[in-house]
Amino acid sequence: MDIHEYQAKEILAGYGVRIADGGLAYSPEDAVQRAREIGGEVWAVKAQIHSGARGKAGGVKICKSHEEVEAAAEAMLGKRLVTHQTGPEGKVCLRLYIEAGTNIAKELYFSLLVDRTHESIIMVGSTEGGMDIEDVAENNPEKIKKIQIDPAVGLLDFQAREMAFALGLEPTQISPAVKLITGCYRAMRDLDANMIEINPLIVTGGSGKLMIMDAKMGFDDNALFRRQKVAELRDKTQEDQREMAAADRGLSYVGLDGDIGCMINGAGLAMATMDMIKLAGGEPANFLDVGGGASAERTEKAFRLVLADEGVKAMLVNIFAGINRCDWIAEGVVQAVKKIDMQIPLIVRLSGTNVEAGRKIIADSGLPIITATTLAEAAEKAVQARNEQVAKEAEGAE
Amino acid sequence: MSILINKETRMIVQGFTGKIGTFHAQDMINYGSTVVGGITPGKGGQTHLDRPVFNTVREAVEQEGAEASIIFVPPAFAADSIMEAAEAGIKFCVSITDGIPTQDMMKVKQFLRKFPKKDRMVLTGPNCAGTISPEQSMLGIMPGHIYKKGVVGVVGRSGTLGYEAADQMRELGIGISTSVGIGGDPINGSSHRDIFEKFEQDEDTKIVLMIGEIGGPQEVEAGTYAAKNMSKPVVAYIAGLTAPKGRRMGHAGAIISSTGESAAEKVEMLQDLGVTIAPTPSAMGETIAKLLAKN
Repeated sequence: MDIHEYQAKEILAGYGVRIADGGLAYSPEDAVQRAREIGGEVWAVKAQIHSGARGKAGGVKICKSHEEVEAAAEAMLGKRLVTHQTGPEGKVCLRLYIEAGTNIAKELYFSLLVDRTHESIIMVGSTEGGMDIEDVAENNPEKIKKIQIDPAVGLLDFQAREMAFALGLEPTQISPAVKLITGCYRAMRDLDANMIEINPLIVTGGSGKLMIMDAKMGFDDNALFRRQKVAELRDKTQEDQREMAAADRGLSYVGLDGDIGCMINGAGLAMATMDMIKLAGGEPANFLDVGGGASAERTEKAFRLVLADEGVKAMLVNIFAGINRCDWIAEGVVQAVKKIDMQIPLIVRLSGTNVEAGRKIIADSGLPIITATTLAEAAEKAVQARNEQVAKEAEGAE
Repeated sequence: MSILINKETRMIVQGFTGKIGTFHAQDMINYGSTVVGGITPGKGGQTHLDRPVFNTVREAVEQEGAEASIIFVPPAFAADSIMEAAEAGIKFCVSITDGIPTQDMMKVKQFLRKFPKKDRMVLTGPNCAGTISPEQSMLGIMPGHIYKKGVVGVVGRSGTLGYEAADQMRELGIGISTSVGIGGDPINGSSHRDIFEKFEQDEDTKIVLMIGEIGGPQEVEAGTYAAKNMSKPVVAYIAGLTAPKGRRMGHAGAIISSTGESAAEKVEMLQDLGVTIAPTPSAMGETIAKLLAKN
């Protein structure tokens, strides 16, 4: 789960990390009011969306008067901002963060991440802040410092110091940097975060103070059950509506660009089936894992979810029953098709426990369900049915 | 022979008396596994499925000689159960439980490292279907009847895709020595490579099938290991050709987050390492059949 910049900053400030003065706004009037409260002559108006690279998408504006703050807020609120992280549909901006303008002397990069290879938290720092860290990693890998943190003992002060020196800080800045780094680490550990990214971490002009300018935090979904306060920070407007509806029903769904809808049990088999569709010349409309205990009710919900995508021209069901039983699945499919009044071709492939009984139920239903016995056959028939459906619709349109 | 489990392996079930634990324990018993009891704290001394219930894993090890364990306890307590098994001297543990927090798994892995390698418990999962040595023993939740006994060692992240592979092989008359599910989580007990090491040492395994997927470095690590250290041929299929970058495909680990993690990149790297690629998921069986015919 991701949270907004302002939420991440509030959390980190609670761990002793220095942030600029700022406040949240839901309207242009709010924004001006926040600017007044903060005082000074320069403010940053920042769109709160779950994405980085907001600057390039017009989501960050430096303003030098209250009028400019108002105009910037007007321009951002309600708009969908498209960045390379949001996908083409973008993310809607409904909240703004108004922050005191800061005089920046240096921009650095700092993050904490889960390192799969070393099965620990890793600290990453670079003197090249303010830009995409992946570009730095590719073009100047020597400018990236990585330090592993032992899960048994946690972050040690000498490691934080080592990172601070690697960031090129002055001797007087080392101690505050250690405080900032350990603060971030404690937040990561205490709240089951899986990512904290500070980009940029800045050194202010004149006073040379360390401050976090942008902050991103992501959390382990598996740990939200014990992090109630974090779970409450969820902003549903930033998430894909269909994926969320699916998650609420215990289904795992990811919308894609194709037009062959899929319902499969097991994530690996789902990916494999989508691969087969592609190899047969089609494009999957979605990833959908219905999981182990696919009851008739769940099957119907899954069907509705897949068919809610109006671009779907054919639907493929592929179930390998282990704990499940093919006859139960077949009954669920038959019921769902009758209830929903499906208008597009349906291809069903069943395998595993009680497969004969399952196939018989489908055959006896009298419904125009196309059946297949192997994975390859299922994918080919799905692509063929999709092509026929597209041709049919084109004919109807003429 | 087989790896990790055989007919004689003495098994216990952690989370024995719960609904899911009961269902699968019965299924394992029906398959012929030597289930010697189970653990449910507070219910020690009772009998369940004609077998003793213990309060602690240590008691089951001391009184029944338990060697292997399967975990069905809820995610909030699963990491603790795994570490309890390791401390009590269990040699092989399967965590079926999915949804264990990442930082808990980091602790588990660190805890396991405190044991010298020869005494260290082998953990597979979390979020896996378990392990089966066909026609001998099953420590898992898979449909046992689709597995035929034979010479192919199988290791994979996904449950149902593993069933698909077993089914394709059985149709072609090919059997399996042991099939090991390592689970779909980013941090798991054993990697593909760990299981490769065991297959390489097993006399009855002649060929190894790796069923991988997008995300993480484990498939390529295993391929690198095989190129240097294995005498047996390796076949691999990598799922997720159509998966877009940055989107998590069901499994917590199945997300392309950096270079080298997409299916196409993994396939290319594995090919360079001399691994035979099953080009499609429906070609897993026939790719193995061809290789078996050659050798």
